[in-house]
Amino acid sequence: MLQDSDRIFKNIYGPDGADLASAKQRGDWDNTKGLLAKGRDWVIEEVKSSGLRGRGGAGFPTGLKWSFMPKENDGRPHYLVVNADESEPGTCKDRDIMRHEPHKLLEGCLLAGFAMGAHACYIYVRGEFIREREALQKAVDEAYDAGLLGKNACGSGWDYDIYVHHGAGAYICGEETALIESLEGKKGQPRLKPPFPANVGLYGCPTTVNNVESIAVAPTICRRGASWFSGLGREGNTGTKLFCISGHVNKPCNVEEEMGIPLKELLETHAGGVRGGWDNLLAVIPGGSSVPMLPKEICDTVRMDFDSLKEVQSGLGTAAVIVMDKSTDLVKAIARIAHFYKHESCGQCTPCREGTGWMWRVMERIAKGQAKPQEIDTLLQVTKQIEGHTICALGDAAAWPIQGLFRHFRPEIEARLTGHASQEAAE
Amino acid sequence: MSDLVKVNVDGVEVEVAPGTTILQACEEAGAEIPRFCYHERLSIAGNCRMCLVNVKNAPKPVASCAMPVAPDMEVDTKSEAVQAAREGVMEFLLINHPLDCPICDQGGECDLQDQAFGYGVDESRFQDNKRAVEDKNMGPLVKTIMTRCIQCTRCVRFATEVAGVPEIGAIGRGEDMEITTYLEASLSSELSGNVIDLCPVGALTSKPYAFTARPWELKKTETIDVMDAVGSNIRVDTRGREVMRILPRNHDDVNEEWLSDKSRFVWDGLNTQRIDSPYIRKDGKLEPASWSEAFEVIAEKVKGQENNTAAIAGDLACAEGMKALKDLMAQLGSPHLDCRQDGAKLPTNANRANYLFNTGIAQIEEADALLIIGSNPRREAPVLNARIRKRWVAGDFPIGMIGQDEDLTYPVTHLGNGSETLAELASGKGSFFSTLKKAKRPMLIIGQSALAREDGFAVLEAAIELATQSKMISDDWNGFNVLHIAASRVAGLDIGFTPQEGGQDVDGILESASSGDIKTVFLLGADEIDMSRLGGSFVVYVGTHGDAGAHRADVILPAATYTEKQAIYVNTEGRVQMTEQATFPPGEAREDWKIFRALSEVLGEKLPYDNVETLRASMFETAPHLAALDELVDAGAPDASSFNVDVPLSDAPFVNSVQDFYFTNPIARASKIMAECSIQAQAKDVSEGTGTNG
Repeated sequence: MLQDSDRIFKNIYGPDGADLASAKQRGDWDNTKGLLAKGRDWVIEEVKSSGLRGRGGAGFPTGLKWSFMPKENDGRPHYLVVNADESEPGTCKDRDIMRHEPHKLLEGCLLAGFAMGAHACYIYVRGEFIREREALQKAVDEAYDAGLLGKNACGSGWDYDIYVHHGAGAYICGEETALIESLEGKKGQPRLKPPFPANVGLYGCPTTVNNVESIAVAPTICRRGASWFSGLGREGNTGTKLFCISGHVNKPCNVEEEMGIPLKELLETHAGGVRGGWDNLLAVIPGGSSVPMLPKEICDTVRMDFDSLKEVQSGLGTAAVIVMDKSTDLVKAIARIAHFYKHESCGQCTPCREGTGWMWRVMERIAKGQAKPQEIDTLLQVTKQIEGHTICALGDAAAWPIQGLFRHFRPEIEARLTGHASQEAAE
Repeated sequence: MSDLVKVNVDGVEVEVAPGTTILQACEEAGAEIPRFCYHERLSIAGNCRMCLVNVKNAPKPVASCAMPVAPDMEVDTKSEAVQAAREGVMEFLLINHPLDCPICDQGGECDLQDQAFGYGVDESRFQDNKRAVEDKNMGPLVKTIMTRCIQCTRCVRFATEVAGVPEIGAIGRGEDMEITTYLEASLSSELSGNVIDLCPVGALTSKPYAFTARPWELKKTETIDVMDAVGSNIRVDTRGREVMRILPRNHDDVNEEWLSDKSRFVWDGLNTQRIDSPYIRKDGKLEPASWSEAFEVIAEKVKGQENNTAAIAGDLACAEGMKALKDLMAQLGSPHLDCRQDGAKLPTNANRANYLFNTGIAQIEEADALLIIGSNPRREAPVLNARIRKRWVAGDFPIGMIGQDEDLTYPVTHLGNGSETLAELASGKGSFFSTLKKAKRPMLIIGQSALAREDGFAVLEAAIELATQSKMISDDWNGFNVLHIAASRVAGLDIGFTPQEGGQDVDGILESASSGDIKTVFLLGADEIDMSRLGGSFVVYVGTHGDAGAHRADVILPAATYTEKQAIYVNTEGRVQMTEQATFPPGEAREDWKIFRALSEVLGEKLPYDNVETLRASMFETAPHLAALDELVDAGAPDASSFNVDVPLSDAPFVNSVQDFYFTNPIARASKIMAECSIQAQAKDVSEGTGTNG
């Protein structure tokens, strides 16, 4: 279990106040000038060697991503864009950072922006987050008033502006290139890659898009050192992570824990255990609605980090742990998730536009027992026809939950369909 | 060359330029890649996912239309995995696509239908209801059946990028995404019909053509358009004697593959208001007559008054017709003839550079600064305007404008309204002069509105002066351009259908006709002159439609339209092109030159040719460049020294000559479709004008 002294987000539940004075007491903005004075390369190197992997879901090494930005400025400005469009069902960590630890994020923006040669940063906040963006804006104003941002930020000689931008509430705008499109005032639809944002991003300029949490942990990493961060967790999956635990647990919560903590320990220590006891557990979706679910047998032993979860054909995603006990109709649950992806598909490319609706309709019929057992094979083929064939990862995200469901619970569902069929025949 | 990239496609090695997409490399290697959204003249969307291929070491299939090649890339387009991926995409496209091919106008020329043969499965696995999408109103030209739409966004990209009217877009998202125009109105573009060709399915089809024919029952004739002076390459589809539709043909140097709405939809005008027999005016009323009767009447009038006969050629006349009429006038001994019915002051000497679009349409893309003088290319030559826009989209292309400031689909710097601004620039003043001078390949376009006025020669002289002063003309670049409106004009000037020694121009002919000095006037499809000025003269109208000229005529001789004859037209660049006969002229109507040949015999002045080849041979003697089909002959530098500038520059502003794009010639005026378009366009203008009426 993580020591309190190793916690980065000490005020994630908000008892100490989010204002600048309280944040400074917690160590934020402490000698930021000194960190900046060590230079761009030092910051990038520090984050690289800390082993920090992107907290938005894909787990791409953050320092490496920053290093993709052109070293020399070719006349185009560089931009840092912070992805605060937190919309993955089950995920609620970034909103708490914005509400209770906004200065960690802002300081991270300055460090990260400085490291990639950017003078401007856009924080794209999910449309539904009203209070969060108010809190964030308040923090931005405080920081400007204190000279921490703006011209000569923190007295470092580096000019830095942060703009808080409000989205309009589309899940797809959490995809980095769709976010950039939306930020430019266009319809939020993912762009084709290549070119990648590091070459051609916002307004055609080199851009890096990072998750809120990835940015917000950067100042602490720089301050306490890469080796401190990489000493936590395990090889390739270092540091601490905010877990969002929801569903059938006694005390749903956001909690910061060490990477690689066993799932069972995570649930029992912080969330008061599964409702009705561990044996009442049916399945867990370990990383937000888009990753495949895990049955209890796997949950017994699995560790919560990128690689361990990948080994069991799931993923850490945003570390949004959705717990489902035996009272859950898993098919209905996944049908609901399928509806979500059908609703949020941008409609740009064929497999996702047509496939998400198809999958949802079949899932609904399976949930009602009205489908034929052989339709399961068709459905799984459809998920394969979508997966990997789309412009962005939403297609994959829509396909995986269904694949996960049938990977582990197919016999039960088939029994339900045959049962319904024979019952109908009897009538 | 060493900078080429080696790519292996299905074992075939090809070398392509860096930056080439995989799809292009595959085509190079002879591997066919299915596609819906990709179109080589539009930006890459990569959204249909039909063009998936496998690339060695790539984790998943890549969309070949969007991915640039990398050195030593190994592409696989034929494996089972690729086939499966494409079949998957095809299945998705088909689950919500209606099975209404038997009643779909796209049937037989539908990309989806064709590719379903290669990648479709025989049975649908989709058990639920298909999606239905409400049809959108897109005006009188484009019919929409939006349920058939596969959201490839070609139409969206065309409207935004090529036509420059960002009025089509997608609303909704996911499976509810729909393509629509802004507030469901027709596109305010003269190129809107092209979305019909671009649509890979039957979602956008031709409204006037709806349910009239199937592609396989049509005879296809490749020919040339004459609705403007661009000379767009077209294909005329006919069934029996009737023109069913007109489509563009690709010509990279002229119209690419676009076509203006007037050129595309004017075909119903070919079948209405047609003159199908000779007419003679008896007691104030036109009555059908036989050819010989008509000729007799003419012979009677002309006899003894040969010198007082005049001829005016209209905008749609072909080179052969004008040549025959010119020769007839020469035989009669009359010097009064003119092909500039709008009175444009275009030079009549042999220097073609003075009246050609010297730069060339395709070469607009190489220019780096442009000045437009008294022209609205959007209305006068929409396809050429798209080329200017294409150049502007590429960036770093300052455009100045002297004349009426109208929306050309790209921003222009409005420098002034008339010739005083031109004179100022020509004298080396003004900031735009330095822009032109700084440019390496500057060009100017002077339109008919600047020339069809009293001081036309002075304007042309000033424009040539400006071109010279701003270094528009060098050994390898000629930036002096006259933009014509009339398809007949350049050929008319080339063969010298202009006043001969002691002859009158259009204005003079009309003047003398009113005063009674000129007794007989031949109008070769000339409908745009002021008929009231013909006075009491005897008017012979040789033409195709019951338009202004026919109403005034004393004798009408029925002629053939551009789809009914093989004839030479020269476009504004000086490109010689030949139309092909797609149908036969109606009733008694004949080709123009044959009419004059027959008439000449009755007049006792027999023309020395019995077939069109001899006529052309004689034409090529005086204008040899007309023999070089589809070639641009360098015309040298424009030169104003021979101009007879009798009227100095006036300060009246230039007023655009094409006020109603849809009504510029007798065929268009006979077209019901054009009338509908005109009404719609005017309604739009009014509502845009006030902004408060609604």
